Amino acid sequence: MPYTPELKKLMKVVEKTRPARVQRKKKGLEFSAIPVDDRQKILKKYHPDFKSGNRRKIRVGPSKGYSISHEVVDLLEAHSRVDPKKIDLSRVAYETDVLVIGGGGAGASAALLAQESGAGVLLATKLRMGDANTMMAEGGIQAATKRGKDSPYYHYLDVIGGGHFSNDPKLVSTLVLEAPKVMGWLEKMGTMFSKFPDGTLKTMHGGGTSRKRMHYAGEITGAEIMRTLRDEVKNRPENIKIIEFSPAVELVLTNKGQCAGAILYNLETEEYFVVHAKATVLATGGSGRLHMQGYMTTNHYGATGDGLILGYRAGVKLRFLHSVQYHPTGAVFPEQAEGLLITEKFRGAGANLVNVDGEQFVYEREPRDVEAAAVIRECSPDRGKGVPTPTGKFGVWLDSPMIELLQGPGTVKREFPGKCILFRRYEIDISKEPMLVHPTLHYQNGGLEIDESCQTSVPGLFVAGEVSGGVHGENRLMGNSLLDVTVFGRIAGENAARYSRAKSPRGKPTLEHVIRYNRELEKAGVKTDRIAPMLLPDYSNPEVRKRQLTTQYQGTLR
Amino acid sequence: MAAQRKKKKRADATGKKLEQQQKLVPIFIMGQRHLVPDSLTIQKAMEYAGYQLVRGCGCRGGICGACGTVFRLPDSYRVEVGLACQTVVKPNMYLAQIPFFPANKAVYDIEKLSPTGADVSKLYPEIFKCVGCNVCTKSCPMDIDVMEYMARAIRGDVAGVAELSFDCVMCGLCAARCPAELVQYNMAVLCRRLYARHIAPRAQHLAERVREIEKGKYERPLRALKSADIKDLKRLYKEREIEPEMAEEDWTPESNDYL
Repeated sequence: MPYTPELKKLMKVVEKTRPARVQRKKKGLEFSAIPVDDRQKILKKYHPDFKSGNRRKIRVGPSKGYSISHEVVDLLEAHSRVDPKKIDLSRVAYETDVLVIGGGGAGASAALLAQESGAGVLLATKLRMGDANTMMAEGGIQAATKRGKDSPYYHYLDVIGGGHFSNDPKLVSTLVLEAPKVMGWLEKMGTMFSKFPDGTLKTMHGGGTSRKRMHYAGEITGAEIMRTLRDEVKNRPENIKIIEFSPAVELVLTNKGQCAGAILYNLETEEYFVVHAKATVLATGGSGRLHMQGYMTTNHYGATGDGLILGYRAGVKLRFLHSVQYHPTGAVFPEQAEGLLITEKFRGAGANLVNVDGEQFVYEREPRDVEAAAVIRECSPDRGKGVPTPTGKFGVWLDSPMIELLQGPGTVKREFPGKCILFRRYEIDISKEPMLVHPTLHYQNGGLEIDESCQTSVPGLFVAGEVSGGVHGENRLMGNSLLDVTVFGRIAGENAARYSRAKSPRGKPTLEHVIRYNRELEKAGVKTDRIAPMLLPDYSNPEVRKRQLTTQYQGTLR
Repeated sequence: MAAQRKKKKRADATGKKLEQQQKLVPIFIMGQRHLVPDSLTIQKAMEYAGYQLVRGCGCRGGICGACGTVFRLPDSYRVEVGLACQTVVKPNMYLAQIPFFPANKAVYDIEKLSPTGADVSKLYPEIFKCVGCNVCTKSCPMDIDVMEYMARAIRGDVAGVAELSFDCVMCGLCAARCPAELVQYNMAVLCRRLYARHIAPRAQHLAERVREIEKGKYERPLRALKSADIKDLKRLYKEREIEPEMAEEDWTPESNDYL
């Protein structure tokens, strides 16, 4: 639906202040940034992570006592989907050198590198190959490729400063050193990055970058990387076998504590299958579909944090899961587009964030958590300068028409064709009308603990991408997640292949760890019928549910 | 505060009005009648009606191409197509899901191909069967001129296909509707990869930077950062020079350290 008459009236205020704001931008005058030492202050007061009562301690498992959001603890303190005693581990459906769990950017990269290292690969994924948050990442991929003005040294500083100096230094170092190599790998595979005619890669700023280091492919960088990776994975059918609509519901360990594969669940035939693997890569992505604190999300349908549960039950510790990333600019209007990601690139290209009075209230390139907190502050009763939406929410304006005035008419359509098409469906022309935005649940900053070779505390289990934690510390910068999935996906794949060749003696497959975990739940006094992993979110209609008299739900699934 | 309260009241008022306006309309999901709110997309309408989606649901934001679907409006014989997460229901709409479409994808080694019409048509010889009916273009939810890029493919203009097909979400609706049984979107990803791999000039600065890293140029400075304490890191972070937003490509920092 197009903007309501009420909103159109409020938009006039933005139009009135626009010329002066454009002039300021042209002169290079920016709104002053929040000083580094004051960042914690605004975060503590306004960022959802710090809202009191939003966390509780986990009562079981290797990170017992760690306090994280209720939605994740609910799943950690839940029972397995399967009765471990009912699974016959000797009936093996698939044998493979390397099992990759997850078909997004990290899983695809791992599969390719494992295959190139000589391993036979089985890739199991919950939805279709390539259905993942990687596909939805719009902004870009950071890498210090510009000689003469940038280097991995400055990339390192940006990453660790953006993460409030909490990041794992070894992981950051690996990320920034591997970044240019990954760009070279993607370029060689035929990823269509935006370039100048001489082949120089185009780059731009992202929130918290000191140099223009974010490479992009139009406004669909993630989709371009994912469709290239997916195409390449499918070009190797002899050595990479893909099983879709078959999420992993439990890892299989050996009596010696090694990872020996997983139990897959076929979502359509409702059968469970045993996979024996010499090495396993867990690349299941994030958890935005848990809707922490009731927030809307930019995430993919399948982002339910499954890998966290699997890894945790197998004994891998969690870290940085107490911090969740809210993207500063998710759509709040129209209702059909709620939660949809509006890329930071709009701000990078010159669009201001302005309040109901048409005033700029924040520097547009703060790290994401600080930027999000500033928007929430503006919409809070303390400031009272949010723009009211027809559904009773508040947002602020993202003044996209400024880009046309700064960079010439037609720029918005050329640089953001996808968003133009999308808003045109609602009869909104974003080259002439601003967008209404509010922070949206976007990224799981933390996850399972890994070292720089993607190994976990469980031998034979490698973890990569959003399901891991440490590289981004407490806050990820824009353009570092596409980088994370490709850098660490490759490393995990290569190391998993190497591990699969090792002649170390392997134990007997068992689900003893699941039985132990159940016992621990009981001992801790956790009485629940909750089931995890969730696999799919539940958006069914409660009225319909009441009439499903003979239907059983196991968690969210019928 | 007072202003905010006033605004909140205004929002509530408009919100309520919207709820009153929200009317239920009949739709037919695979022939069965359901009443759903008229503001919902096809995807949300199916969930409202009691379906739990497994296939045909992805990013829910119009970019992943998982939810291409067919529908028909009353008083029309025409079968229309769209993305279920983007198309809003209309009264008496007949709709379904396309859970899967068995499209052909050629298998190839990108290194061994050349970016020519000859190599493309070796992998997808059927492209010459295009009858020029334009159904592919009409089916495309991304407004891509599919028939035009097919014409370019037939002419051997790989770069042209890459450029025109760039926004493709690979939902496959073009192929599902094509009377000549072509697989436009899979041929297009081949052309984009051929263009980026073999036609677009390689980034020299990237190749040189990778060489520098492989020679170990940054190992020592990064070792120093890894072992630096937080106080020093904070100082270095605050002192780092910021490239101005409006700077041109050839901007250089004042300090050449650690470059």
